[in-house]
Amino acid sequence: MTGFIATRLLTMLPVLWGVSIVVFLLIHLIPGDALQLFLGTQVALTSAQMEELRRLFGLNKPLPLQYIDWIGQIARGDFGVSLRTSRPVLTDILARFPVSVELTFLALIVALAIALPVGVFSALRRGTASDAAVRVGGLIGLSIPNFWLATMLLLFLPGRVLPIASIGIYVRFFSHPIANLTVMVLPAFSLGVVLAAVIMRFVRSSLLEVLGQDYVRTARAKGLRERWVINRHALRNALIPVITVIGFQAGYLLGGTVVIEDVFALPGMGRLALNAIAQRDYPVVQGVVLIIALLFVLSNIVVDVLYAYVDPRVRYG
Amino acid sequence: MNRSITAVRPRRTFAARFVRTPVAVAGAAIVGAYLLAAVTAPALAPHDPLSMASQALLAPPGGPYPFGTDQFGRDQLSRLLYGARVSLIVSVASVVLALAGGGAVGVVSGHYGGRIDGALMRVMDVIFAFPAVLLAIAIMAAAGTAVWTVIVAIGVVYTPQFARISRASVLATRTLEYVEAAGALGAGTRRVLLRHILPNISAPLIVQTSLSLSLAILTESALSFLGLGTQPPTPSWGNMLADSRRFMATAPWTAVFPGATIAMIVLGFNLLGDGLRDLLDPRLRI
Repeated sequence: MTGFIATRLLTMLPVLWGVSIVVFLLIHLIPGDALQLFLGTQVALTSAQMEELRRLFGLNKPLPLQYIDWIGQIARGDFGVSLRTSRPVLTDILARFPVSVELTFLALIVALAIALPVGVFSALRRGTASDAAVRVGGLIGLSIPNFWLATMLLLFLPGRVLPIASIGIYVRFFSHPIANLTVMVLPAFSLGVVLAAVIMRFVRSSLLEVLGQDYVRTARAKGLRERWVINRHALRNALIPVITVIGFQAGYLLGGTVVIEDVFALPGMGRLALNAIAQRDYPVVQGVVLIIALLFVLSNIVVDVLYAYVDPRVRYG
Repeated sequence: MNRSITAVRPRRTFAARFVRTPVAVAGAAIVGAYLLAAVTAPALAPHDPLSMASQALLAPPGGPYPFGTDQFGRDQLSRLLYGARVSLIVSVASVVLALAGGGAVGVVSGHYGGRIDGALMRVMDVIFAFPAVLLAIAIMAAAGTAVWTVIVAIGVVYTPQFARISRASVLATRTLEYVEAAGALGAGTRRVLLRHILPNISAPLIVQTSLSLSLAILTESALSFLGLGTQPPTPSWGNMLADSRRFMATAPWTAVFPGATIAMIVLGFNLLGDGLRDLLDPRLRI
């Protein structure tokens, strides 16, 4: 198992290297003078001053050398300094990090809480009217833009139906769990519904496939109760591939946090990045994109390892 | 009489099977209606999408404005109709870009294998290592907001899926006897790829195209919603939703209609994709 994890980590290294190049190039290939971009339009300098600054920032070096400088700094945890606040970028990102991670996890919990029971229900009643209703519901869930769902919930839910704080002041989970969850429930739900639809559809088809297998027939033939057959034989195997789907959808969740944080004014990494884009604060944008891509790659490794853990064929196959 | 004849026919045509798949038909109907609305927007729209009526700011739905007006008194229905043009052009163009780029990468990768395959697929892995919406946001932030940058940003983001699917299909197809026979008969690489392999990997690509269109619509709306996509005053569903954020408490129709419009076309592409998958890929028919 340790060997498997090590192999997976090693194979991700070239991808991470590629990710760092893309993030570096995104900023450095912007048409126009990088320095002028960093200075903004208000600052007018003589060409001698510009030359001096270029030398100072290492911008007169060839691009590959600039990349090496940059990646060396990143490796030491130096993500540069915000052009607007002059604070270290990493400090700002780390302050926002828990919000986005919490939102991601809560959305995943919401998705699983909806998808697993409904998917199983639908598969076991295959071909009935309730199955059809669930399938249509799943497709609709898949089609609603999460930011619009968020908007609609804000508009029509709070105060009228449920006493939930709509846009509250964000409180850290560990300082006040109840207040934290009150603020996070709507964002997590908005983000989780699409994922619930995806997973639900997958649970349904996966369970249907497993129910047609010989060992399920054998389990029934030897007189096991249906409940036991489903829970102990079918579901256990049907849920294994669901882990992979969650891995694929981690990207949806992480990308979705950016939009949802914006709607609910949550102080997460996504909102930090959007504000930075609006202010042309490129080191911050770069830092957030790099960190979120890193999270995505790591979550995929975790999913692979989990998968190998529950399905030994992956490890030895 | 007729019944016995159809019963012995070995296989119905694709069109005949398509019309018997309610999911696919429903999807095609929705997509068709949207395309028609986008093409005929100038004829259908009751008002100029950009003209402001100062006497009807945030007018509720009804009368001359079936879907109400926005904060500048612009007719929402007309803006939604014209917005369909922008949203559909951007989505279709970006998916065509992803299909052409990803398809080419996948076919070359799968056919030649070896180092070319390794290098191309690593590049795809890198694009795939970014959450789609985030990468699109980052590209827009760097490249600036113009229609073509939106198209490229969304196209790039959805390229790897097409590359992976077409590569896998080529790998499954190229060792089949008829492909080897074509090669043995002296057909060049180009001919084998275009005439023999491409038609046989088109089914999964068609399904992926339909599903990607739904994702492209959602991504374009999200970008415009965040102010990074289609720029005002050009109406797009996403930037209409963005505009509505400041007024939705008093004028909820400014938020309800654009979102419902997006959800409906996305549903259409999803239905069409699901239906096509059932029709074209018997392995996945459950």
